[in-house]
Amino acid sequence: MTKNIIKFLKTNFMCTFIAVFLGFMVACAILLITGYSPSLSMAVMFNAVFSRAKFIVNVIIKSTPIILTGLSVTLAFKSGLFNMGAEGQFIVSTIVAAILGIKCNFHPFIQIPMILCAGVLAGAFMGGIVGWLKAKYGIHEVITSIMFNWIALYMCNFVANSETFHKPESDGTFPINRSGQTLLFYDWKFSQEGRDYLQAHPILNDIILKTDFNLNFLIAVAMAILVWVIIYKTKKGYEFRASGLNPDAAQNAGIDVTKNIFYTMLISGALSGLAGVLSLTGSSTPVLHVLSVFENYGFNGLSVALIAGASPVGCIFAGLMFSALIYAGQTLQSKIGTPSDIVNIMIGTIVFFVALVRIIPIWVNRYLQKEERKNAQ
Amino acid sequence: MLNSLLIALSITLMYSAPLTLAAIGGVISERSGVVNIGIEGMMSLGALTGAVVGYFSHSAWLGLMCAGLAGGALALLHAIASISFRADQTVSGIAINLIGPGFAMFLSRYFFEGASVTYPVPEKLPKFINFSYLKGTPFANFNIDVSVVLAFMVVVVTWFVLYKTKWGLRIRALGEHPAAVDTLGVSVYRSRYACVIISGILAGIGGGTVTLAVISQFNPMAISGQGFIALAAVIFGKWKPWGAYAACLLFGFSQALVVMLGDGTVRIPSTILSMIPYVLTIFILIIFVGRSSAPRASGVPYEKGAR
Repeated sequence: MTKNIIKFLKTNFMCTFIAVFLGFMVACAILLITGYSPSLSMAVMFNAVFSRAKFIVNVIIKSTPIILTGLSVTLAFKSGLFNMGAEGQFIVSTIVAAILGIKCNFHPFIQIPMILCAGVLAGAFMGGIVGWLKAKYGIHEVITSIMFNWIALYMCNFVANSETFHKPESDGTFPINRSGQTLLFYDWKFSQEGRDYLQAHPILNDIILKTDFNLNFLIAVAMAILVWVIIYKTKKGYEFRASGLNPDAAQNAGIDVTKNIFYTMLISGALSGLAGVLSLTGSSTPVLHVLSVFENYGFNGLSVALIAGASPVGCIFAGLMFSALIYAGQTLQSKIGTPSDIVNIMIGTIVFFVALVRIIPIWVNRYLQKEERKNAQ
Repeated sequence: MLNSLLIALSITLMYSAPLTLAAIGGVISERSGVVNIGIEGMMSLGALTGAVVGYFSHSAWLGLMCAGLAGGALALLHAIASISFRADQTVSGIAINLIGPGFAMFLSRYFFEGASVTYPVPEKLPKFINFSYLKGTPFANFNIDVSVVLAFMVVVVTWFVLYKTKWGLRIRALGEHPAAVDTLGVSVYRSRYACVIISGILAGIGGGTVTLAVISQFNPMAISGQGFIALAAVIFGKWKPWGAYAACLLFGFSQALVVMLGDGTVRIPSTILSMIPYVLTIFILIIFVGRSSAPRASGVPYEKGAR
């Protein structure tokens, strides 16, 4: 019995759960020391996410981009690459999508796929350059990624400030044309008929009218499954994993490791690109903002991938949790004045413990071996 | 002409000082075999601590010391995870990058009634060379922060220790073949702890010089990416103190270019100018550096007795 419990401890799920739990504990301790009430804060955070249908739907909608960037990072991880450039790939995708979305105005059946493709390609291009520089010149992907993140940020500001796109007296561009948006029921919910219908159904009213209601989340889930299939069920995925686990052995087995570096970064970039373009088209204010700092979609994807333990399906849940924490943090500050930054500390601590709990399986194995030896005597 | 040259030199040195301190910290940690991607977080916490202590104690030097301690404390966390717990050093480093800035912002709001910007420090770090009394000559605009001298000294000392002393040999060996060092009776764990903590202290001081010498207060954008640029400088400089210093000077210089070309004489949008440092780095990496070789055992947790 105790043996089974101990064995259960070393499962990935349990390790992650322990890390999340410890993260919450540390955050509570910090709140206690600095004189804020941990129980009140936690209650407010819980309510901020679960008390209304609107909040839950918002959390799900906001989780879409970080699940996708999380997948992007996960895929790169699997082949031993560290895609710190998800942020830049995300930004470049929004730039291209915004330019096309403002300048073109076709029927939605053409406009939406066109914008999506362009955004995905832009992200893939950005990731591809990083992969190419690594494969061809051996330049560390982390440095080039960091540099490209900044280049993307300034490119975004260049476009957002340019005469053609800048909307006067705002901090961004004109919104993209309605035909490019992926919001559902957008026209209907503001029509007389829609209003009357929603008035009669308060929960639907909460879900549809009060949020940027869209189905992008389903695309993210589909992508998680797709990434899982690519990694575990295809020949390319096998090559990616082999290159990540032991590049020399993979090379000896006839796998072209340098080529795989390029392909991995290409796909990884495409996923971050998809995140970028969907976050733009799925918003009710689809404008390109002038950025003074990074919006952290890519960097948050990094944390999501780490908390998920580089599991594609795990990214969905980690992304949802992450999104809920960020959402709750904002409410925390506006409701009871606890600095929202406690959420960042909490997420950081969780990631930190995720790194630490990898030792639990080692301990458990050691303990089990000891027991076995005792029994044998 | 002389005037612009001197201004460019001042700006270059001013911007490169915090980067240099942090990058040298990175060099020390990585040479001992521990990847320190958490420099950004350590710099942020250092910057905040420097600004807060500097504001309350009216002493910039005390602020700088506490900034170093704060960076060192955060580095201790990284050391515990990556050395004792044999955790993935990149993951732990990213965690530090989340905890550091998060904690800095939290403390800023805690000490300054919910504001994410601290009050300016009453006294900045002194200038080492200041010619402002030579009014009317080109030299009037030329000054050197004491942080610049500090950064230079740290480079020299690190170079000397790493390459000319017994300890330095050990540190370098730790990053290449820790088991060999272990068989000679040197504790791998203890030495790596020392190197990581020193690295954090330097990163913290680097952050402190931002808030105590360059700008005089902490704000959410005070560090914004400088730790990552320092990290790039470590790799760029091939894990050598002088190489990292040269990389930091280059970053500082391109920052100076941005400032000087942005004064309106050249008609280029500032957003394009701001890209210069990053584009330049990529090109220089392609042309000059090529395959960079990290210390062999860097990033690999050491397990006593493992083969």
